[in-house]
Amino acid sequence: MVPFRYLAVADAPAAADAASTPGARYLAGGTTLVDLMKLDVERPAAVIDINAVPLARIERLPDGAVRVGALVRNSDMAHHELIRSAYPMLSQAILAGASVQVRNMATTAGNLLQRTRCYYFRDTAAACNKREPGSGCAALDGFNRIHAVLGVSEHCIATHPSDMCVPLAALDAVVRIHGPRGERAVPVTEFHLLPGEHPERESVLAPGELITAVDIPALPFATRSVYVKVRDRASYAFALASAAAALDLQDGTIAAARIAVGGVATKPWRLFDAERLLIGKPADRRSYRAAADAALAGAVPRAHNRFKIELAKRTIVRALERAGALG
Amino acid sequence: MAAEYGVGDCAAVFVIGSSGDVIWRQEQRGNGSIDAPGLCVPGLSRREFIAMTCAVSLAVAFGARASAQPAAGPAATVDIDLIVNGRPSRLSVDPRVTLLDALREHLQLTGSKKGCDHGQCGACTVHLDGRRVLSCLTLAATVQGKSVVTIEGLARGGELHPMQRAFIEHDGFQCGYCTAGQIMSAVALLGEPCGASDDEVRECLSGNICRCGAYPGIVAAVQSVRGQRS
Repeated sequence: MVPFRYLAVADAPAAADAASTPGARYLAGGTTLVDLMKLDVERPAAVIDINAVPLARIERLPDGAVRVGALVRNSDMAHHELIRSAYPMLSQAILAGASVQVRNMATTAGNLLQRTRCYYFRDTAAACNKREPGSGCAALDGFNRIHAVLGVSEHCIATHPSDMCVPLAALDAVVRIHGPRGERAVPVTEFHLLPGEHPERESVLAPGELITAVDIPALPFATRSVYVKVRDRASYAFALASAAAALDLQDGTIAAARIAVGGVATKPWRLFDAERLLIGKPADRRSYRAAADAALAGAVPRAHNRFKIELAKRTIVRALERAGALG
Repeated sequence: MAAEYGVGDCAAVFVIGSSGDVIWRQEQRGNGSIDAPGLCVPGLSRREFIAMTCAVSLAVAFGARASAQPAAGPAATVDIDLIVNGRPSRLSVDPRVTLLDALREHLQLTGSKKGCDHGQCGACTVHLDGRRVLSCLTLAATVQGKSVVTIEGLARGGELHPMQRAFIEHDGFQCGYCTAGQIMSAVALLGEPCGASDDEVRECLSGNICRCGAYPGIVAAVQSVRGQRS
């Protein structure tokens, strides 16, 4: 770990001010940052400890939305009554991620900003355009079984690793940001950037900006929602494919649907087209499979991850079937 | 030093006795590693021996590379007041020091183990303000004013914690390296929303890896303590 300046701050303006210095990084739970600092993948000149900033509340807003503070620990969010009752797939997704210890540390904003688990990103001896722009991508022709098939570019195929972000994308959640020029709000579906030619740019967050909360709009039919995660072992593993699905059913017909997938894309991947295809269709496997086929139509596999295309389709179908079977 | 002992171009370990004499030496040319099978040095504990040999081999290694590595300036230290196992403690550490290293190297609480050092194995699990966390991914500087409980803090007046007794009774370990972390997780689990079944216990303890495979005994130990409490 390279030496850095450590600074603890107590409020958002002080945090944003301190973070404006070059090479500064916010530290919240530390589960991504400290890990990557030990690998020399992250080499911040200054670490701004924001744990004392009062952003750890979960509250209901007047319009029925739920506001989750940036520093709410993942465990607290997953077990909170407002989240469990209104957005089951969100609670399930968080509990499907990492371990209890990690969830006790990790925060809402840290989860949004967590870095990829691509082996080559984590290995400073390998080429990686995300870690070192212009150095190439060792994953393209390397061991790319865990890599993305959606949203990829010729410069990066790293998967976004978050479970939490998948239902957040499906729920039209909005990221609230404090910055030098005031407050702004960005939908989760537009918060992360596709790798394109600049995989080192992962979100719309600018230097000095600080995530303060995530707002989750009210969505009555989200009580009928499910998160399905498929991985190499039963627990404590990143997704090979995952799906968050919510269904609004009227007499066995789909009135509305929300679907997003994880583990297969370079960012949390909302399936807008598949959702539209489902409207007016009977809630059965045939409809679900047609939607899943459409969802993966643009997939671009590499040598070792072709299996993810069929796996993702079946994961989507499974999530929709389980959501449809809920009372 | 390396030149003096004729090992300037290789890795070497020397054990030097209190009289200043070399009482054991081993050197390795090429990329091999050094080990010391069955070595017994009178008057030294295993921990002291390992610490000493590591220090000496580091000194030799640094000696050989000193000209290539300019010394980094000392980082400003951070003063931390915290409660460890009920006792107030004060530390002054480099901001890079993790809570795990602070416990082991500065407070001599070596019960918490360093397994992967990357948050993947759970051997370093401690309780921070009552919740289990990974001390290897927690910078010591961030625990200012907080309360830490380690495996050394579970027993009361010489009486083992019920979970410690249960691990012994149910054979919840083999080599023992993951055990402190397993027990810290198991004790925390008693106060968490974890379901009643064995499968749910396995899920709640999935952040603690046991490469010996003592899982059946660990689950039995946890369930026996939960049974006593319900």
